[in-house]
Amino acid sequence: MTFSQQFAQQIIDGMAALTLLISFSLLAQHRMLSVLRWFAGQGLLLAATAAVVAYSTGETELYISAMMTFLLKGLLLPWMLWRVIRKLHVHREVEPLMNSGITMVIAVAVTLFSFHIIQPIEVTSELLTRNSMAIATACVLLSMLMMITRKKAITQVIGFLAVENSLFFAAIGATNGMPLVVEIGIAFDVLIAALIFGLFFFQIRNTFDSMEIDTMQSSLIQKDDDE
Amino acid sequence: MSSIFFQLLQAVLMVMFAPLVLGFVSTVKARLQNRRGAGIMQPWRDIQKLFNKEVVLADHASWIFRFAPYVVFTATVMAASVVPSLLLDTPLSLTADVIALVALLALGRFFLSLAGMDIGTAFGGMGASREMTFSALAEPAMLMSIFVLAIGAHSTNLTTMIAHTLHTPLLIQPSIAFALVAMLMIAIVETGRIPIDNPSTHLELTMIHEAMLLEYSGRHLALMEWASAVKLLLFATLIIDLFFPWGISGDASLVTIALALMIWIAKLMVLFVILAVMETSMAKLRMFEVPQYLGAAFVLAFLGLIIHYMLEVAV
Repeated sequence: MTFSQQFAQQIIDGMAALTLLISFSLLAQHRMLSVLRWFAGQGLLLAATAAVVAYSTGETELYISAMMTFLLKGLLLPWMLWRVIRKLHVHREVEPLMNSGITMVIAVAVTLFSFHIIQPIEVTSELLTRNSMAIATACVLLSMLMMITRKKAITQVIGFLAVENSLFFAAIGATNGMPLVVEIGIAFDVLIAALIFGLFFFQIRNTFDSMEIDTMQSSLIQKDDDE
Repeated sequence: MSSIFFQLLQAVLMVMFAPLVLGFVSTVKARLQNRRGAGIMQPWRDIQKLFNKEVVLADHASWIFRFAPYVVFTATVMAASVVPSLLLDTPLSLTADVIALVALLALGRFFLSLAGMDIGTAFGGMGASREMTFSALAEPAMLMSIFVLAIGAHSTNLTTMIAHTLHTPLLIQPSIAFALVAMLMIAIVETGRIPIDNPSTHLELTMIHEAMLLEYSGRHLALMEWASAVKLLLFATLIIDLFFPWGISGDASLVTIALALMIWIAKLMVLFVILAVMETSMAKLRMFEVPQYLGAAFVLAFLGLIIHYMLEVAV
């Protein structure tokens, strides 16, 4: 391994560590706006990681996906979500289902679990980024945990988008990036999904007067009873 | 022979410097707030004054209350004297085990809390219960953060750990950065500095350390204050040892020791200027947020540990 490759490896490892940290802080946030800020940070970090991997492996296609990640996940999606949050006036507290201590313990357990299952795979890989596989898996599971433990629909959507971010990170880590066509396709899927979610939020509020899953459920049950 | 002398010098320096460090921090803080400050020597003058004052004991005070200041002071000074600040390999370096160090500090804390409860005032018991609650959360986080480094060095002995850090080439190691942040957060809790506890007031309902000392006077109070100053310097030196040990002297010759002394003081000054800036720019945390703060520190240290295994141990 040459010196510059080793250096790139170290930088990628550092970014992987930061990605894991961001996944944890997404889980730990109490305010809607700071959740959004960390989500935007995740997007920007992802773009930077893609750029570093592109530079160190010489794959020019990755530059394009880095650029796309930067524009879409770093700027556009957070901005759209921010607009929705502002319009719906839900920017106060994130209401988790469990207290944050228990969530953190589960999060740590999830991280250990993913490390445990990825380890045998890592041995067989020859790639520059193989170390980050376990972290990418942990991030996917952590984002899912975020979707599970939140009451409001909007934080669940952020969790969903964070899952997509982590999958992208896993793709860079596992295969040096997917084919460009696939990546563009996924990027637009995510964009459309975010748009549809945005529309749904307004519909949900009109129908149920609330963004909380519990309220939606109880109002549906009430409707059933009325019928 | 000379290494024994330097070991003694190191221990004496730790104890003698400690009040100066307190003075330095408060002077920098005063300058940042456009005040002149009382000068670096003020804590020394305070301690001297307290030693000359008579001791006032409450009627209910048991022997624990009289005994505690000596235990606290001795435990802290013992802990401080084994932490290498100038010379790497000293006669006492075999005892400089991190777990022993934490145990010594815990002994001091145990007696401090006992003394706080001994008199039976509301404030003493309150302070003691808070101190115990927070330290029960802080200690595992501190050990966890030290373990990140200990695993790399295959030892919990401070001298071995420092030698290991000195001999490994400079790499970007995310795990150590995580451990450093966690350690800094813990050090603030353990030494009772601003986002957690305000050392310069006796009048706050949320005080922790001062609440336990409220009933002390005279030489007892002097020893307690001195011990907490030594603890501050101890933690600063520990952080320097674990994370930035470059500059510590490898052999016991006068020239390298003098150089190591200057480097040590320079590092301490940087660390304490940062502390003063932080204390000036931050408000105190709400009491109920401290466990969350400590939880964050623990998670950070734990992430450091996981990341060490995930990224840095060659598979």
